[in-house]
Amino acid sequence: MSKLEEQLKRKILILDGAMGTMLQEYKFTEEDFRRNRFAQWPVSLQGNNDLLSLTQPEAIATIHRKYFEAGADIVETNTFSGTTIAMADYQMEDLVYEMNYESARIAKKVAEEMTAEQPGQPRFVAGAMGPTNKTASMSPDVNDPGFRAISFEELRVAYKQQARALIEGGVDILLIETVFDTLNAKAALFAIDELKEELGVDVPVMVSGTITDASGRTLSGQTAEAFLISVSHIPLLSIGFNCALGAKQLTPHLEVLNRYTDSGVSAYPNAGLPNAFGEYDQDSEEMASQIKEYLEKGLVNILGGCCGTTPDHIRAIAKIAKDYKPRPIEKLKNPEIV
Amino acid sequence: MTEKRALRLSGLEPLIITPESNFINVGERTNVAGSKKFLRLIKEEKFEEALVVAREQVENGAQIIDINMDDGLIEGKEAMVKFLNLIVAEPDIARVPIMIDSSKWEIIEAGLQVVQGKCVVNSISLKEGEAEFIEHAKKIKRYGAAVIVMAFDEIGQADNYVRRLEISKRSYDILVDKVKFPPEDIIFDLNIFPVGTGMDEHKRNAIDYIEATRWVKENLPHVSLSGGVSNVSFSFRGNNPVREAMHSVFLYHAIKAGMNMGIVNPSLLEVYDEIPKDLLEHVEDVILDRRDDATERLLNFAESVVGSKKENRIDLSWRENPLQERITHALVKGIDAYILKDIEEARIQADQPIEVIEGHLMIGMNVVGDLFGSGKMFLPQVVKSARVMKKAVAYLLPYIEADTSTKRKSAGKILMATVKGDVHDIGKNIVSVVLGCNNYEIIDLGVMVPSEKIIETAKAENVDVIGLSGLITPSLDEMVFLAKEMQRQNFQVPLLIGGATTSKAHTAVKIDPQYGNAVAHVNDASRAVTVVGDLLKDSTRVRYMSDLKEEYDKFRKNFKKRSKVKSFLSIEEARQNKFKIDWGSSEISKPKEPGIQVIEDFDLKKLEHYIDWSPFFRSWDLHGKYPAILDDVKVGEQARSLFSDARNLLDRIFDEKLLKAKAVFGLFPGNTVNEDDIEIRHEENSEEKTMLFRTLRQQLKKHGEQPNFALADFIAPKESGVEDYMGCFCVTTGFGTQEMANKFEKDHDDYNSIMIKALSDRLAEAFAEYLHKQVRTKHWGYEPEEDLSNEQLIKESYKGIRPAPGYPACPDHLEKLSIWEVLKVEEKIGVKLTESLAMWPAASVSGYYFGNPEARYFGLGKIKEDQVKDYAMRKGVSVEKAEKWLNPNIAD
Repeated sequence: MSKLEEQLKRKILILDGAMGTMLQEYKFTEEDFRRNRFAQWPVSLQGNNDLLSLTQPEAIATIHRKYFEAGADIVETNTFSGTTIAMADYQMEDLVYEMNYESARIAKKVAEEMTAEQPGQPRFVAGAMGPTNKTASMSPDVNDPGFRAISFEELRVAYKQQARALIEGGVDILLIETVFDTLNAKAALFAIDELKEELGVDVPVMVSGTITDASGRTLSGQTAEAFLISVSHIPLLSIGFNCALGAKQLTPHLEVLNRYTDSGVSAYPNAGLPNAFGEYDQDSEEMASQIKEYLEKGLVNILGGCCGTTPDHIRAIAKIAKDYKPRPIEKLKNPEIV
Repeated sequence: MTEKRALRLSGLEPLIITPESNFINVGERTNVAGSKKFLRLIKEEKFEEALVVAREQVENGAQIIDINMDDGLIEGKEAMVKFLNLIVAEPDIARVPIMIDSSKWEIIEAGLQVVQGKCVVNSISLKEGEAEFIEHAKKIKRYGAAVIVMAFDEIGQADNYVRRLEISKRSYDILVDKVKFPPEDIIFDLNIFPVGTGMDEHKRNAIDYIEATRWVKENLPHVSLSGGVSNVSFSFRGNNPVREAMHSVFLYHAIKAGMNMGIVNPSLLEVYDEIPKDLLEHVEDVILDRRDDATERLLNFAESVVGSKKENRIDLSWRENPLQERITHALVKGIDAYILKDIEEARIQADQPIEVIEGHLMIGMNVVGDLFGSGKMFLPQVVKSARVMKKAVAYLLPYIEADTSTKRKSAGKILMATVKGDVHDIGKNIVSVVLGCNNYEIIDLGVMVPSEKIIETAKAENVDVIGLSGLITPSLDEMVFLAKEMQRQNFQVPLLIGGATTSKAHTAVKIDPQYGNAVAHVNDASRAVTVVGDLLKDSTRVRYMSDLKEEYDKFRKNFKKRSKVKSFLSIEEARQNKFKIDWGSSEISKPKEPGIQVIEDFDLKKLEHYIDWSPFFRSWDLHGKYPAILDDVKVGEQARSLFSDARNLLDRIFDEKLLKAKAVFGLFPGNTVNEDDIEIRHEENSEEKTMLFRTLRQQLKKHGEQPNFALADFIAPKESGVEDYMGCFCVTTGFGTQEMANKFEKDHDDYNSIMIKALSDRLAEAFAEYLHKQVRTKHWGYEPEEDLSNEQLIKESYKGIRPAPGYPACPDHLEKLSIWEVLKVEEKIGVKLTESLAMWPAASVSGYYFGNPEARYFGLGKIKEDQVKDYAMRKGVSVEKAEKWLNPNIAD
């Protein structure tokens, strides 16, 4: 059993909170995003947070450290949009490998420093693989339902490049997250499975979907259980949900996962639902008190935060979670079945 | 093993199949092989309507839907992707998991790439060996799908207990141990074969399946078992009560043994407990092979309980019925054995002989018409009915003529003709027969009818409708010309258009605007009757004609609107993007027997196994793939009956040598010159001569790396310095066909007259296939070791191609003239070219041979004016002439 699996069996692992929320506080300007290297870049770069791993690596490292200090066991790399597909808007397709590789390296370095400081709590890095800005099983044009803006093959190639860079940059886990179209996630899983074979590495994979609204389905229409079945062909460290909903709204869907999966279950909800200004304003205490329900029901193995969450939220979650036992994982009990 | 694992599938919602689950019903109405309607909708690209089929299926309780697009006339991969993309957008369909069904891996993979849920792949097997099996299984696992594994290996399909066990065990071990495929995601299809066929080796088919199922369930943990149930009762087609009982008995035992999913037609299923005790016993005897005489006993028993079947064999009870019922029965069933006796009886009773036609016979034919119209009878049956009708009428005619007081009143006079230059008439004859059955008087002018003769006859006979038919593309222009001529001479009768090359699009866009009266495209004999009826009946005529005009007008507008904006390359650009073969390393074989050879008095029997039967059924409006069509739910019974008649006639053709087969072919050194021409060197009177074949190049702008093909790309260019080769050929099996057809017609037997033509056509194709194989393995000899099954031949899995002028790769019929010149076809084997360059006799095939392993079939598609001009110049003909011949391929 790997060190990560050992930890997962022993305790509820804490994932970090939002990267974007933390970066907003720096109030980076267009020039800060560019620095010298991209001073002449033909399009505006402000808002391209993934690029900051190249132009503001100290800020990224600082945020990782803050989350680790708040009690996180795992931080996510700053690579949510790190594919050629999502980077096309910035004409930065050629920089994708470097961004992912550097992001992984920055996070890994902080993790290693923290593990050295506190050997009792080993720290890990999850390479974040976002959904891209296109969907493989939905048409962007309501009048042409058969049309697709992106193919499985294009996604597979893009994800494979991202995953390779993350692995070579040193991540411990790959995290396919904010899945709103399961087919996109399947392309990522396909790419990772190919890569594992080609590189001869066995990197653990987490998948985290997004239940869009009160309908209880993903954007591409699947129920939580259908989603689980659709991504279970590749061995997963955990399956879970993040984003879109607050901790409270996520509970029934986590119950479904808890019942039917033999992998770990993860949850990193938003800080409540957005208010009238589109801001997330649930404070850390309230969020932690809602998450308590997961813990009492024994629903989860990995907990963290998504939009609007900060080191304060993570600290509160870590504090409350440490008093509970993790959800038993079938796979880890009977590894011979896997 | 106590642990139970479920098969988990998903659409938008989960489907969990546990050992406790009830039988899972797979819907197959969205399978082009299983549903004629679905096939038609996909062919016509009516995807919206095809979605309705899928939706109904889910609403009616299908828990998984099987989608299959394997048909020769469908771009399977495109159709699969398009349909799946549309399904995914329909939550009430997409909620269930999808079974992606194809025999082609590329279609399966394309399907897996567009569906988010966990699908079932249908199917893979060890047929092509372990390596391919493993490779596909590994991919399927990576795509996250379950898989149906057929009990099929390198040797063939498992057809007994032991083979089923061996193959499933071997497949299971490979999947679980080598591929690490989750065993709960494996579904075995152990092949359900018919019982009660009367053959000893089929006796254990059901029980072997059931027992093998039991073994698999007990010995191969976690798997599911599936199958197509209706196969088991194949030999009791036409006797639904027995079939329904067989299905439920079979399922009852198979499910107990472990079968947990499959394709079952719910309307053909009796409740096990409601099967009458005696029937149940007989059926179980057969299914479970409980006694040696089980089949015989069930057959006898079936006759007694059902009473209404197999009259042509033993049941003559209908002979006891009143006269009219007997006549109707004979017409509906196509039985001519007693018709003259019955007609004579009717004639004696009637006041005037004409009453027998207008009374007795028409009453019977109306029943035939109604059954045909409602899809309860099929074309071959109607043609058989016509045979009975014709015999009856022929018998009555002398009496009617002797009786001067009356005249026979027909529903209308219809002139039918295959246009000038064209020799194909199977479709036209079928339509004539069907219309004749409906009391229309048919004036059939035959084939190659000049327009003047059509016009003249139409006037002289004062016909009510003119029907034109054609199969080759130049016939289209001929039809346009005739429409113009009819307009000029102020004709007032409707014009019907039909034949393989015609289309609604061509009729609407090119023919309809030329003629003020009604023009109707009727490509389906079953529609001909209603269309003609509506066009001639006073009550409907005006309305129907204006509806037709309006429909075509709308079609024209939409057609013009819809014409996608396609971009083209100039011919120079297209040549830049030609298909490139590395001539330095390309495999080129020198023909072992260069020069021209003639084959005469060829033994037709050798062609038997080269016949591609699917098009034969198509020519009779029975759609489906052979041999699956014999087992089709809807048309299977008819297909089997037609097939047996065809086999009988075929045996006569072989035994009595009714047809003559001849061939001429030549293999020559040659090279590509000036990009798109192929220069060959051949000998004539011991003098070496050269001849140029002109090829046409695709001009449509391609995606990505796709080249713009021309046939010339498959031959080494002269400047490469490589000596290359090509061939050409003409085969015929048509000598004797017309004589036979005439003989049958004289005997009022249209059924066999059409049959002999359809068979000659198939034999000609088979001869071309056979000769191509001989050329590959012997005369040219570049593939001496080739060993392909007929199925593989039909799928064109061999090396090298034999494209034919007039077909997609080289649509220019004019090139036939070059073949005729080089091979001296007419002098050597007597096959002629008509003015439209159709071959006569019609059952002939001509084309080129290309031997390069990289040579492939393609469709030329549309070309632009610059290539037409270039082509005219190369060929030394006027641009007008080139335009005339290439017209269907010139982009607007």
